[in-house]
Parts: sequence; C-alpha cells; structure tokens
Amino acid sequence: MKSDIILAGVGGQGILSIATILGCAALNDGLHLKQAEVHGMSQRGGDVQSNLRLSSNPIASDLIPLGGADLIVSLEPMEALRYIPYLAPTGWIVTNTVPFVNIPDYPELETIQKELDSAGNVVAFDMEEVAKEVAGPRSSNMVLLGACSLFIDGLKEEDIENGIREIFGRKGEAIVESNLKAFRAGRARAKEITKK
Amino acid sequence: MKSKKLLLGDEALALGAINAGLSGAYAYPGTPSTEILEFVQADPVARQRKLHSHWSSNEKTAVEEALGMSFCGKRAIVSMKHVGMNVAADAFVNSAMTGANGGLLVIAADDPSMHSSQNEQDSRYYADFALMPALEPSDQQEAYDMARYGFELSEKFAIPVMVRLVTRLSHSRAVVEVDDEPSAENELHYPASPRQWVLMPAISKKRYIKLLEDYQDFEAASEESPFNKYVEATDKSLGIVVSGLAWNYLNEVFPDGIPYPTLKISQYPLPKKKLARLFDECDEIIVIEEGQPHLERKIRGVLDRSGKVYGKLTGELNLTGELTPDLIREAFLKIKGETDALKRLEIREASKVTMPRPPALCQGCGHRDVYAALNGVLEEYESPKVFGDIGCYTLGFLAPFNAIDTVVDMGASITMAKGAADAGQHPAVAIIGDSTFTHSGMTGLLDAINENSPITVIISDNLTTGMTGGQDSQGTGKLEDICLGLGVDPAHCRTIDSLPKNVEQMKALFREEIEYPGLSVIISRRECIQTARRHASAKKS
Repeated sequence: MKSDIILAGVGGQGILSIATILGCAALNDGLHLKQAEVHGMSQRGGDVQSNLRLSSNPIASDLIPLGGADLIVSLEPMEALRYIPYLAPTGWIVTNTVPFVNIPDYPELETIQKELDSAGNVVAFDMEEVAKEVAGPRSSNMVLLGACSLFIDGLKEEDIENGIREIFGRKGEAIVESNLKAFRAGRARAKEITKK
Repeated sequence: MKSKKLLLGDEALALGAINAGLSGAYAYPGTPSTEILEFVQADPVARQRKLHSHWSSNEKTAVEEALGMSFCGKRAIVSMKHVGMNVAADAFVNSAMTGANGGLLVIAADDPSMHSSQNEQDSRYYADFALMPALEPSDQQEAYDMARYGFELSEKFAIPVMVRLVTRLSHSRAVVEVDDEPSAENELHYPASPRQWVLMPAISKKRYIKLLEDYQDFEAASEESPFNKYVEATDKSLGIVVSGLAWNYLNEVFPDGIPYPTLKISQYPLPKKKLARLFDECDEIIVIEEGQPHLERKIRGVLDRSGKVYGKLTGELNLTGELTPDLIREAFLKIKGETDALKRLEIREASKVTMPRPPALCQGCGHRDVYAALNGVLEEYESPKVFGDIGCYTLGFLAPFNAIDTVVDMGASITMAKGAADAGQHPAVAIIGDSTFTHSGMTGLLDAINENSPITVIISDNLTTGMTGGQDSQGTGKLEDICLGLGVDPAHCRTIDSLPKNVEQMKALFREEIEYPGLSVIISRRECIQTARRHASAKKS
C-alpha cells in the first residue's frame, strides 16, 4: 500500500488537523508515514500545504515528487489547482468548492471550475454546506477528511474514526460526535458522487 | 525498552536530548527551530525533572546560558534558526575555545528556500570556521539518535557540537523509535582544564594550538562515525557525495538502490579518507547537499583542477532554494540521460489560473491599527521613512499598508532610523515588536537616547512572540520600565492601546511625537489575536 497525499488550503483553515488524524490512524495501522508541514510566516492567511506519505514500506523522501501524488486534498478550490503538477496521471483531487477570497485578484470561480473539470478524477462539492447540515460550519475540514478517506486504500475507516476520537477526545464527547458526523457525511457524499 | 512515536524532526532531537540526560534547554524562538524548546517545555519527563526550558532574550544569551550549564558538567542544548547563529556568533565561536564540560549541542535550523527567513545562510560554515564538529541528521530517527551521540562526542572531546537541521527535517513528522527509560542527568562537576575557560591572550594562544590538534581527532571520529556511510555499487562512472536530508531524496530518485557508489555524510569535519576513496574509485563525482555548496567548494578546491565534479557550482543542481527529489532527478538526467534506473516522469502542466496568496496580518491584529494610524500621519510629509523589523509586523510592507522601507535583522529598525536621522532624514520612524525589542532593540535604543536622536520608535506590543506561534515575550509588562530605565524622557515615552476605535487618537499621538525634535518611544499595545483566542478558550475549558 502507498498513498501520497498533498493537503492544501489557506493558513488557519485546518489542514494540519486532517494530517494529524490521518497520521494517527496510519500509526495505529502500523504503516510507515512521513508528513512535511508548513509552519511560520505562511500560516498567516497565505497558501499552505502539507505532504503526507503513507506506505506499508519504508518511505525515503519527506517531499512527494512531481507527478507522484495519489491525492490532492484541498479546503479551497484554487489551492487544489496550485499543486496539479504533483498529481499522478491516475491521481484524484478532492476539494471544497467554497473559495477563500483574501486577495484582490482572485480568479473567476467559473475558470477554476473549468480547470478542475479538465483535471480528470475530481470530487468537488460545497463542504461548508454539508458541515452546516450535520455539525457546524467549522467542521468543513472533517467533511473533507471523510470525502478523501474514500481514496486512501489501506487506511481503515474505523482507524480514522479512532484518530478523530484521539485528537478531539480532550475537547469532550460532544465535539468528538459532531466531528464524526461531519466525517461520515463527507464520506457518504463522496461515495454518492463517485458511486464508489 | 523502545517504543514508537510520531515526531517532527525538531521534536525527535529534543526528545533524544531529554532521554540522553539533558539538564537544560535554551533558545530564542525562530522558524524552523521553535518546536525544539516547545517540546521540552511540554514533555512530562522534562517537567518532572524541572529541566530548564524558559525562553532566553536572544540567541547569544541562550548560548552563554547553555555554556554555563556545560561548565558545571551538565548536558545542555541551545537551539535557534540559522540567522540566530549570527547573533550568537561571539559566544558560539569562543565556546570552541573554552570547550565544553557537560555535553553541549548547539542546534542551528537552516531555512533553505527562505520559507520564513531573510537569507539562506548555511550554518555548517560556522562549525567549520569555529573548528567544531557538526552533525547533520538525514531523518527524524537520526535526529533522535544524534542527541545522545552528540552529547557523548561533546564530552569525549570536551568540545561543543553543532547539530544542523533544515526546514524539511525540522517540520516533517515520521515514526521514531525512542527509549522508554530516560538516562539520568550528569552530576554537577567542573572542567578538567579550568584555565582554558578564561580566554585571556596568554591562555588562548595555547588553547588555540590545542584546538587545532584536537581537530585531527574530530576528523578521525568522522572517519569512524556510524553516520558517515560508504555505500558500494558497481557502476563507477559516477560517485555521489550526499549530505543530510538530501540522502532521502536520493533514495527516492533510485527506489531500487542507488546505482553509483555513494558517500553519505552526516558528521563533520569531512571524512577525508572515505572521500578520497570515492574520488579515486569513480570517474566523476556529484555533490548533493542542502544549503550552500559547502562540501562542494571544499572538494573542488580553489583551482578545481580535477574537472570531474558536478554540483551546484556547475549548474546541475540549484544554487539557490532548497533541494527536492525532482531537482536531484533532473541533475542525474542532465549528467547521464535516461538509464535503466532513471526515467523521465510524466508531469502535468501547472495551472495558469492560480494566483499567489501571500501571508497577511490577521483580522483583529493590533499591528493593523498601528499601520493605519501611521500611514494616516505620514501622508502629511514629503518623504517619510519607516524602518521595520523582524516579526508579524514585517507584513506591513505588503499591500494594503505598504508602510515599511527597510527590514534587515533583529533590532535594526531603531538603529537604522537613528543612522538615517544622523544623515538628516525626518521623519525617521522605527517600528519594532515587543519581543524583537528585548532581543536586540534595547541596546540600539540606548545609542539613540544618548544622542537624543530625533526619531520616533513605535514598539507594537502584542504581549507575545507572535510570528513563531505565540511564545512568551521577555519584555511583557516591563516595556515602559525598560525604556524609562534606559533613559527615555518620561514626557516622550507614551502608551496607547492599538484598537480600531483609537486610530484617530493614535494619529494625534504619532504626529505629536514625530514633530518633537528628539527621541520618543510610543508603546502601542494590544494582545495578539491568536494568543488572545487561545487564552479565551483555555479559560472556557
């Protein structure tokens, strides 16, 4: 098993919690894991990404090579496009469609949508809406985690759920439950879209 | 017994040090090194043992404090970002002259590609220049293992040891096998050669000769080091010298085994015998290292007569920016073309619609109000100059504020404003954060006070070290006292809260002090929105 994942978003959106939960699940599954993060200046509303590599064999590089990512997972549609050269020919993009506009020259949503459509294997939907329905708007990242979990072969659903329990456990049962709901809703929605 | 933990490179090194009997950790926050001391602060063993883990005022004070602990026979680490080495350099270089007693590791985290820095200087040059051994872990496990190894090396040769990290190791997590039982701390004991800790010329002259002799032992240790590996291979048309993290990228490029003989270097000084063997055995050599071409220059020599070395200086590899597996793949393709072991990859074209998304000051950040007010006043002048400093407020350079003319190094705002005023500039405004002020601003302020320089110093106080994630700031609650104690005229040491509703009042205050033909300090204060949120949610739970 090997899954090379680029997690993308805007500083402060919560991509590192996705990485932490997947990392926790991979560790419990006995997988090898490397995860390069961005700390420091760019966390202040700039573009951020994390390279997460999971494998049943030892992993050499902390960075995913160009053309090597199995998955681009993004909380923001333009940020998903930023890493296209890293996507393997057979790779998938799983992204939120809600734009985070904090720059004056943010492109038209239509052009972003067009480019996403032409990228091949894409699951894109409004994750804020799904989050609001089942948990709360701040759980979009758990919806995304649910949606992308469908494409990580070898990482069991229950291990990811246990990861959520482990990471949010100290915040209380209610928070854990609402995050689990968002996770399941995201996964279900991605299943629906891909008929997987 | 051992167990497995998921750790950042920074954390692995910190835990390795704790488990190897650390007594004290010293640091000033700086990306990508910050998480080292943060880990020690949170670690249960470190807390139970009450290991020192308070932030220092700057990197120089941190090195000196760690050296004091080493003098007393205990194991200490001191960590900083690469440019912190410049601040610490006086203490660092002279610590090779005093030597170490308890194991002392000086950890320098370099930032090639300048993810969060103003340059990409390579800390290995400092170790080389100070005649100090250096370790350069290639992965998180080595970072962990090298803490104990480094302490032992330091105590064996009675010399501080540098550990060089780079961003991609500092900030990358992997599973690390760690000891369950931490070793005991050293007992307090004094140096075997106490005289060499007094660096007076008569002593230093002798000590320097001894250090040069010892350096040969450091070289011998590098030859024997378990971290410097010669990996055999049959195709000797090319040999590879690879250091630190680049070793991982190289293995990524050749997943079925590196086809050329390879010398992996993770301990300095250079293992010359191993290097000579590679040089003799192989037709050509490529040097792959993260950072500046440090090894490559040494291997080439000034005259570069061998004509058989590839690397950053001949353009096969990038001279600026960090390495990636892709750039290393490209280098081999340039030299060898496609081979059985190496093919070109199919890569998608970059998107043309994505726009750059630079970082920005948070909504609700007090620095915003400072810049709003300052810009409002300065537009009344023909050519105002604003001398900036290092921190979140450096972002005031970018739109929408475009408020800063210079940013150089920690503390340079005040001293450059003074120099500009000396040249006749008015208005000359310095803007500096609270943590940067106590790091390196206070001494410069004294210069300005002593000459009553006509400059306006704004200390934008957010009660924390914001850019690195909210570490304690050494001046919190003391800034007025520090300024007055240094000798700022109380009539021109003003304080205001940086709030949107105060912008008009701030403007009036700034205008008044800019018009005053002498030194003024304005402390503009509002808690960092990030730490304020954290404090609020901590209160709730």
